[in-house]
Amino acid sequence: MAEDMSNRIPQGDHPMVYLDSAATSLYKPPCVAEAVSRALGSFGNSARGVHEASLTASRIIFETRERICDMFGAGCPERVAFTANATESLNIAIQGLIHPGDHVVSTVLEHNSVLRPLYLQEERGAELSISDCDPAGRVTPQAIEKLIRAGTRAVVCTHASNVTGNVVDIRAVGEICRRRGILFIVDASQTAGIFPVDMQEDNIDVLCFSGHKGLLGPQGTGCLCVREGVSIPPLMVGGTGTQSFSRVQPVQMPDSLEAGTRNGHGIAGLCASLTYLSEYGIDRIRTGEQALMRQFEKGVRGLPQVTLYGDFEDNDRAPIVSLDIGTRDSGEISDILAREYGILTRSGAHCAPLMHRALGTAKQGAVRFSFSHYNTGEEIDRASAAIRELASE
Amino acid sequence: MRMKETRLVVTFHTTTDAMAMEAAGKVTGLQGRLIPVPRAVTAGCGLAWSEPAGGREALEQLISGRHLSFDRIIEMVI
Repeated sequence: MAEDMSNRIPQGDHPMVYLDSAATSLYKPPCVAEAVSRALGSFGNSARGVHEASLTASRIIFETRERICDMFGAGCPERVAFTANATESLNIAIQGLIHPGDHVVSTVLEHNSVLRPLYLQEERGAELSISDCDPAGRVTPQAIEKLIRAGTRAVVCTHASNVTGNVVDIRAVGEICRRRGILFIVDASQTAGIFPVDMQEDNIDVLCFSGHKGLLGPQGTGCLCVREGVSIPPLMVGGTGTQSFSRVQPVQMPDSLEAGTRNGHGIAGLCASLTYLSEYGIDRIRTGEQALMRQFEKGVRGLPQVTLYGDFEDNDRAPIVSLDIGTRDSGEISDILAREYGILTRSGAHCAPLMHRALGTAKQGAVRFSFSHYNTGEEIDRASAAIRELASE
Repeated sequence: MRMKETRLVVTFHTTTDAMAMEAAGKVTGLQGRLIPVPRAVTAGCGLAWSEPAGGREALEQLISGRHLSFDRIIEMVI
């Protein structure tokens, strides 16, 4: 059982129940804040000196690269670049690898962090095909493969929908991409730290994710892992602490993609959370969160007026349950849950417009419950009881 | 004036390569440490590894055995 950290922040008259971990991890192991605090008191600027303060920062950042490399099978630490978030990582990958005249395949499951860079490249002359889903929000590897044609440069695909929690079989998609000789770019924002992802076994060329969701690190940390042999030109150029007299950005990874000072303090926190995850075990985290998700699903499924979105027949789904009550505004439900029950969820469109159009929830949005292994069974019961009350109004 | 001595100076393209060298050097008991790149040397990265001149064999074994990325190894008086 994970340490109960749920009462750290009071919410009105109720102890707070945070069920918005797909947006960001609020509950983190204490070692994360301790590491950030230690870094604030000891870090110089990484790669900008040879004194102990600078080296202390450089060592921790290097250790974090090693941990990420090990966790995701990135090959070597040099192939791991730090960014501010998954959106920056995806922009670097998509704007750097998709050119005018290229064809690219993606899915209706995608977050705007994927869609908007793709639309930008479409405006610049790339062609975009979007794979549709079935009524339960599922996208199959076969449906993606049907869209691949001569001139297809890449498939860009989320590992799991941030709206439904449905998981895409990235290993099968990766195998298709390798067989067809095209790049495979994966957005693992909802799965990094929860599901095993291995760039070698899953045939992933570029893996993008944030550090503050399933990886339990601080906000302002993100990552871009690039397979050896794939070269991405920089989206931004500037200081790296290396090759100072060169007029152009260094070509070597990770400096090629890391212009400007890195978020060393945040990365120190991420290093601590990665250590925690390797000790606690992501399989244990996933099964714990999935058990809480199933408990909640069981508590609300079949209630009058309650519609659940997504594929709940698949046992290996991300720990997310999105629902609506009748035709009531999802924002109103989420607000009542927060104000009257102390239950914090997310409502609205979740930055995934195509997913909502496919589910028929573009106007209403959906109330999303997403779970942390720090949540307790009692908290889940409170949340399902609240939905029962609201559904009976 | 401080005494100068002959050292092996390893230069790198990136800070990440230098940190990998330091991490490996610590584990295997190399005698050296990271220093600012001597001004007589042109290198991409501002960090260099400085090793006693007698440590060439251990240094080269470490670099090849662990596939460490580096720019050059230079013997020089610093």
